[in-house]
Amino acid sequence: MYKPSCHRMTGLFGVCLFQGLENVRYSRNLMQLCKQAQPRWGTFQHFTFLKRLYVTKMSNGLCQHAKPKQEPLGSPLLERPHLAQEQTVIHHVQQIPAISQDPSTVTFSSEEKKEENISTVVSEITHESGEVKQWKEIRVHLEDLPGIYARLSKIKLTALVVTTAAAGYIMAPVPFDLSVFLLTSVGTGLASCAANSINQYFEVPFDSNMNRTKKRPLVRGQLSPLHAVTFAGACTVPGIALLTFGVNPLTGALGAFNIFLYTCCYTPLKRLSIANTWVGALVGAIPPVMGWTAATGSLGAGALLMGAILYSWQFPHFNALSWNLREDYSRGGYRMMSVTHPALCKKVALRHSLALIGLSALAPALDVTTWTFPLISLPINLYISYLSFQFYRDSDRKSARKLFFCSLWHLPMLLLLMLTCKKACTSKEDTLVTSS
Amino acid sequence: SENCIFPGESWHCLLCISFFSDSCGLYNVPKIKKRLYLSQAPEFIPPENSQYDWIGPPDPVSNLRPIRFHVAANESTLEKHLRLFRQETEEWNQKFWATQNSSFIKEKEEFITSCLKAEGLGLKDENGGKRKLSAEKMAEFYKDFLNKNWQKHADYNKEWYKRNITITFLMGKVTLQMFWKRRYTSDRSWYLPV
Repeated sequence: MYKPSCHRMTGLFGVCLFQGLENVRYSRNLMQLCKQAQPRWGTFQHFTFLKRLYVTKMSNGLCQHAKPKQEPLGSPLLERPHLAQEQTVIHHVQQIPAISQDPSTVTFSSEEKKEENISTVVSEITHESGEVKQWKEIRVHLEDLPGIYARLSKIKLTALVVTTAAAGYIMAPVPFDLSVFLLTSVGTGLASCAANSINQYFEVPFDSNMNRTKKRPLVRGQLSPLHAVTFAGACTVPGIALLTFGVNPLTGALGAFNIFLYTCCYTPLKRLSIANTWVGALVGAIPPVMGWTAATGSLGAGALLMGAILYSWQFPHFNALSWNLREDYSRGGYRMMSVTHPALCKKVALRHSLALIGLSALAPALDVTTWTFPLISLPINLYISYLSFQFYRDSDRKSARKLFFCSLWHLPMLLLLMLTCKKACTSKEDTLVTSS
Repeated sequence: SENCIFPGESWHCLLCISFFSDSCGLYNVPKIKKRLYLSQAPEFIPPENSQYDWIGPPDPVSNLRPIRFHVAANESTLEKHLRLFRQETEEWNQKFWATQNSSFIKEKEEFITSCLKAEGLGLKDENGGKRKLSAEKMAEFYKDFLNKNWQKHADYNKEWYKRNITITFLMGKVTLQMFWKRRYTSDRSWYLPV
């Protein structure tokens, strides 16, 4: 393909050729620049003179981000050439078959392509030292471990899970026992850390491709997969042991079941079927049930009610969140209602927001709270239902975002109101004493 | 310039020259191994004295971070098997995601173009910017893409879970082997793979 006469070209010819190019003035400073080349350019000497020629001409930024580049259009084979000569030439050779196969995808004219190549080479050059710096040793530094573990275990989500378990414990109609309460909270927290770690362990390539999750420790290589699994094991064993032996076996069994449900059912189902949302809602509903069973030792109607409230809450929360992530879910291969069944997604969110009103009214009927609770919780329940209705009607980014952020404060508020309206357990104790 | 692939394109001619100047011995360019499967990541050589693996910035197409695996001087068969398996998994992952992401982008652009053409609109709007479709219209494409690729995703997931668990299991075995070597032999040249 290359004619033999190319072999006879010398550096002098190269310089002469440069003088024919656009930026003639730079060729005069060619030798000067080569002499003044910084040590860091030394490793890329084969491209030094080219870099100096164009470095002040263009200044495009090179952004490293997880989102796929929206520009340039068409095949990624048209993207910027490499620094190394052979690679650059190889890329150019490869570009020919790409162009001939898919002419419809080539939307750039040759001029635009040339400018693109120049600008991207410059951006490569100006940022290549930055890119080299972005390479990191996969080595754990002890001082970073707490932060890494916090991100691995999704500490904020874990805190929310522990809060719901604590609420379940406090709402139970038994005298408050601080030691059992603390054991339940710590055990639930450890179980949640373990489940979240395993979830992240399985989802590394998917997390890399979504903006929301690309900064996770396993994606960034701050931990090895073995380390993450060991951490999960180190959380599961004491967590479930605390719940089983420190609280009661029922709570321990529920904790273990929840970890299994989250890691072995919800996580794989995310890419197979939309049923994952319902399984995920169940996972979120179990912690308050665990709190209740930790207090009473049995699964009562109150436990199921607490679980049902959390179950219903998951839908407006998650459906609204997933509405604005449809592109990422589609590209990552996540099967979510918002992508495959958008009408169902909106209907389910509205249905369950309205169900919250009904469940709040059921609470006093089951002796969990007084009749004040449905009244004082009506404003916030009506508000979230109204936002769900707006989301159902408008189905746009704004209404989805509003609903999602509302759900974030709605749950803590609802639990707080529930706690303030808790049915006093003294009357129950008197009844028990008199009946025995 | 007639000697070059793209006659008249002086930029490409320049690159031909630079390539063959190297073969003339004018520039001392080391032979750089090209990464497979459309990877655009620049090559990186870890420092000689490092005993750990190195992880790089995300690949622009696949969004996966490449890893340079450390080859220990006294690497055992098990360690070598682990390293090669991890390397192979990385390349398999890179291939899948690079193909997946680039076909997503390509199909998305084709969808946008065909929708705009059907409505009789051009690719650029009044201000010269790229015309975008509404979220509802795009949702049709996202749903279609997901449904079309269901089997491919399911197969990938199964394979990924198998590979991930195998790698973790092998890493566990290697760690145990290293503890054993450290405890029961005089070999102190080990490091704990984190």
